[in-house]
Amino acid sequence: MLRTPLTRTLSLGAPSRVFAVVRTSASASTPAKAPEKIEVFVDDQSVFVDPGTTVLQAAAQIGVEIPRFCYHERLAVAGNCRMCLVEVEKSPKPVAACAMPVMKGWRIKTNSDMTRKAREGVMEFLLMNHPLDCPICDQGGECDLQDQAMAFGSDRSRFTDINYTGKRAVEDKDIGPLVKTIMTRCIHCTRCIRFASEIAGVDDFGTTGRGNDMQVGTYVEKMLLSELSGNIIDLCPVGALTNKPYSFVARPWEIRRIDSIDVLDAIGSNISVSTRTGEVLRILPRENEDINEEWLADKSRFACDGLKRQRLIAPMLRMPNGELQPVEWESVLIAVAKNLQKAGSSVAGIAGSLADVESMIALKDVLETLGSKAVATETKLPKQTLGKRSTYIMNTPIADIEESDFVLLIGTNPRYEAPLLNTRIRKGYVHNETDVALIGSQVDLSYKYDYIGDDASVINEVVSGRHPVSKRLSSAKKPVIIVGSDQLARPDGAAILSSLHSYANKLEKDGWKVFNVLQRNASQVGAMDIGYQPGAEEVLASKPKVLFLLGADGPSISRDNIPKDCFVIYQGHHGDAGAAIADAILPGAAYTEKQATYVNAEGRAQQTLVAVTPPGLAREDWKILRALSEVLGKPLKYDNLDEIRARIEKIAPHLTNYGKRDGSDTSKDKIEASGHIQSSKIDIKQKHLIDYFMTDPISRSSPTMAKCIAAVKKQEANPYK
Amino acid sequence: MKPETAIAKAEKLLEQFNLQQKITSFTANLSGGQKQRVAICRALMMDPEIVLFDEPTSALDPENIKDIIEIIALLKDSVTMIVVTHHLKFAKAIADRIIFMDHGQILADQSNAEFFAQPKSHRASGQEKWDIISSKKRGDWDNTKDLINKGREWIIEEVKKSGLRGRGGAGFPTGTKWSFMPKDHPKPCYLVVNADESEPGTCKDRDILRYEPHKLLEGCVLASFAINAKRAIDEAYADGLIGKNVCGTGYSLDVYLHRGAGAYICGEETALLESLEGNKGFPRLKPPFPATFGLYGCPTTINNVESISVVPTILRRGRHVSRPCNVEEELGISLKELIERYAGGVRGGWDNLKAIIPGGSSVPLLPKLLCEEAHMDFDSLKSLGSALGTGGIIVMDNSTDIIYAIARLSKFYMHESCGQCTPCREGTGWMWRIMMKLVRGQAKIEEIDQLLDATKMIEGRTICALGDAAAWPIQGLIRHFRPEIEERIRQMI
Repeated sequence: MLRTPLTRTLSLGAPSRVFAVVRTSASASTPAKAPEKIEVFVDDQSVFVDPGTTVLQAAAQIGVEIPRFCYHERLAVAGNCRMCLVEVEKSPKPVAACAMPVMKGWRIKTNSDMTRKAREGVMEFLLMNHPLDCPICDQGGECDLQDQAMAFGSDRSRFTDINYTGKRAVEDKDIGPLVKTIMTRCIHCTRCIRFASEIAGVDDFGTTGRGNDMQVGTYVEKMLLSELSGNIIDLCPVGALTNKPYSFVARPWEIRRIDSIDVLDAIGSNISVSTRTGEVLRILPRENEDINEEWLADKSRFACDGLKRQRLIAPMLRMPNGELQPVEWESVLIAVAKNLQKAGSSVAGIAGSLADVESMIALKDVLETLGSKAVATETKLPKQTLGKRSTYIMNTPIADIEESDFVLLIGTNPRYEAPLLNTRIRKGYVHNETDVALIGSQVDLSYKYDYIGDDASVINEVVSGRHPVSKRLSSAKKPVIIVGSDQLARPDGAAILSSLHSYANKLEKDGWKVFNVLQRNASQVGAMDIGYQPGAEEVLASKPKVLFLLGADGPSISRDNIPKDCFVIYQGHHGDAGAAIADAILPGAAYTEKQATYVNAEGRAQQTLVAVTPPGLAREDWKILRALSEVLGKPLKYDNLDEIRARIEKIAPHLTNYGKRDGSDTSKDKIEASGHIQSSKIDIKQKHLIDYFMTDPISRSSPTMAKCIAAVKKQEANPYK
Repeated sequence: MKPETAIAKAEKLLEQFNLQQKITSFTANLSGGQKQRVAICRALMMDPEIVLFDEPTSALDPENIKDIIEIIALLKDSVTMIVVTHHLKFAKAIADRIIFMDHGQILADQSNAEFFAQPKSHRASGQEKWDIISSKKRGDWDNTKDLINKGREWIIEEVKKSGLRGRGGAGFPTGTKWSFMPKDHPKPCYLVVNADESEPGTCKDRDILRYEPHKLLEGCVLASFAINAKRAIDEAYADGLIGKNVCGTGYSLDVYLHRGAGAYICGEETALLESLEGNKGFPRLKPPFPATFGLYGCPTTINNVESISVVPTILRRGRHVSRPCNVEEELGISLKELIERYAGGVRGGWDNLKAIIPGGSSVPLLPKLLCEEAHMDFDSLKSLGSALGTGGIIVMDNSTDIIYAIARLSKFYMHESCGQCTPCREGTGWMWRIMMKLVRGQAKIEEIDQLLDATKMIEGRTICALGDAAAWPIQGLIRHFRPEIEERIRQMI
């Protein structure tokens, strides 16, 4: 338990690494020698806890919740709100439960007169300068201060000076287009400061002023340049930091929340989708210790307004005059079926970055009934990866990354490709003395790392043991190598993969997996698990007469590399690049509108749930393909979700084992590669924050993401940044 | 004098005082130093035989003081000057004859050279001279080596036996504090000597720094040795007293002087550490205590200047108490005696006494009745519902508006609250607002109880002791002067 706010120790620079910190999360590794447990009494109930456990944690063990504002289990203890004061027998003063480690035999009274009086006092002080604007506050209804004032506060206000001198008023800060600040409401719990400096690695937040004049802010007016800024909204116990795009939109009691999965990166963060009258209003993170803890990256949280724009809401056919025109489902399905029948087996399918497993399997099955096996993903990987699962997933579970003692990143910028993987690495760096080395473009990862060049030949040096990093990898107890999937798409990708995979396998110790590929989209692992070829080049080279794009919007497909007479069908939810080149458009459902399976980068199958219905005439994707098969006269053998999942289970049993991660045997997969790693520059695509916001059809349609880019540009132009 | 002569003369004088270009300026456009020079010019216009300067250098910054001293020195040959000043350097620079006065009594009347070589009054040159030779005459640095050679445990044991308690306000036994330091620690250990005083009504530390710096330094050496610390000052270095190989004992120590920026909260020990580390002066949560996780995460002992300075004396004399202060007296002297004997009694006699705050500003006050039986030690004051605190004494006679005096203290604590934890951040402001209403008599009677309740909600609920310090004076006021508060409210109705 770290009791000195980490913000401070970290700001010291070099000696900061001296402060070893024992992690508080449930997944923290236990010390080598389990110390003897000590007995304490919480409200006369005996509980045995480890030495060093705080009063608050001890109480939580038997289900007694102590109110708190500043304490947060994933942040350093600040102990400044004083809401958690409890009486301890024989102690003259109440103690701060969040910060005080228990002593043997302590009798903690969480409901005594002294405790209640202390809480009431703190509550009164907090409300003294807190504005009475709950009716117009977006936090209203989900506000810790409201709830705790109800539960622990006094029933009347004694602060009459409001009539003479008024309450404290604080100027609002402009910290960007995502987080709205109403600083008068701030109760100075410093959670946002601690999150920014500990988790996000951005030291822009702090307090200025003293006493009653203390303010939380960014010292100088600037944008909070972080890909994790939205989390401070969740952390803020009051309405000081609220969701800017969501401001004045809805009340918590008006909305429905549906648990779902995020698909805007390959991590598969667990989310909860807030909806009202068929509209997605906001997205919040849902706790999952294995994946996102309780954080959510900004794109995943704020790009949801992209779900309402640029949508394909009706089937369309390209008319002889070259224009796409909305038509009925019947006509589009007949037109598509005719073209497919005409083409015979010369049909190919390409799945895009947001495709779910159900629709991909339906597409594969439809094409198979036509005699074609040409299905591929948009993202290219070496062909050799097909069927060898350990060569395209993260073999180290995401949660285990923080236990690693040496991380080698090759051609990837996890900070923007998978922000919540990066927080794990940073957590290891801060709390676990994890060292990090990077090959590739030099980027800001929010922690220090050894930069060992951007030439691919460095990989050769490392795997041959000539590089100093090799020694550190082999001496590390839990080494991790993470290679960006983009690098495997290079001409020498197979050679890179083969040398790193076999080298990593040699580093494996006691079942600790070393080799990881960090995919950049949510569909890749699922697609490859059900037998899609990685990369569209091959299927395009076969010059298909009909090309079926399942949400494939990427730059790899354009009219230039498709045969002229090819009939292009686009099935997807956004009118993006893929729709523009299509002859027929089948409007599909976005991830919030369908119950669908996605497999994240570590190979964990999860499912989204229906939060809202697809707009207009859009339908769930696998159902469209099922209907098409009916029109083709070769109906697929599944009529409902259970049946299609039974079909998936037959191909890949782990894909319906929701929430569980299916690891793979790294040793059995061998990659044979002809050719060598070429000496050339390893480039990372997302180098700066500005490259983060728009990466897929949904975020490209999002006005909020556009505002973010504009704000970052403005901030970059600021000479005082 | 004719106008043209006057103008010519004025111009000449202004030129002499380097102000010629300012002749057409308005007063507001002149800097402090320039105004002062104009004032001197004015006085010289009439060719006086004697010029009386009353504190001509007060309220000027050091640069300007230098200028003014130079100018006045120029005038020395042409006119007789009587200068009233507190500024000893100034006096030394210009005076031929120095008369040292205190409360209308002439304590010394000597020539400049004589006065600074051998002042007739101790107070004249600031009790005694602070330099190393005088200090050694007073017994500082006497056989420090022997004391160190007696060993760490012996020093801690002696300090424990002496019953020396911290002089910062809380009165924690110093020897016990030292014994908390880990014996063999891989990291460097630090001694932080807290000279960040800034308590209203207390100026003991600054006097020690001013007049007895060598006691402090010697204390530092001994205390550092006792707690195994590895880390003013020029003279002692030169004499080989500190630095590598202290006093020839093979023990090395470095002493650094760090200036604070003047925030009261940075006198709190852990806020002081934060401030030293370059962070905002927020007190830390305890545990962990500084003895295990202090400055830069290393074991640290923080002692008040006074506690440290007394250590050499304790070790040398083996006496149990000794209290170097503005007044050095045995712990346990009666309050009345202290004031009568050293401070010349209460203005207008003991009967004119209203109340006394016996420990700086952070403790409950004592009304006259209790002052009579009060003794200046930790326990006696505690039994009277107050505390020794810093040991600074604020005496208030009957001319004092006692409610306003305490309200002013409330304002101080409101201003100095660091803002970290809720009760103090919000509560100090609230208390001050109610106090001001009481001062004006515009409160309701029940607000007195409300105020008392507010102090109880702050006391003991905060991270550091500033909350307590803010609450206690008000509690003392309400305890002893409630009728007066109520009376004032009634009068307003």
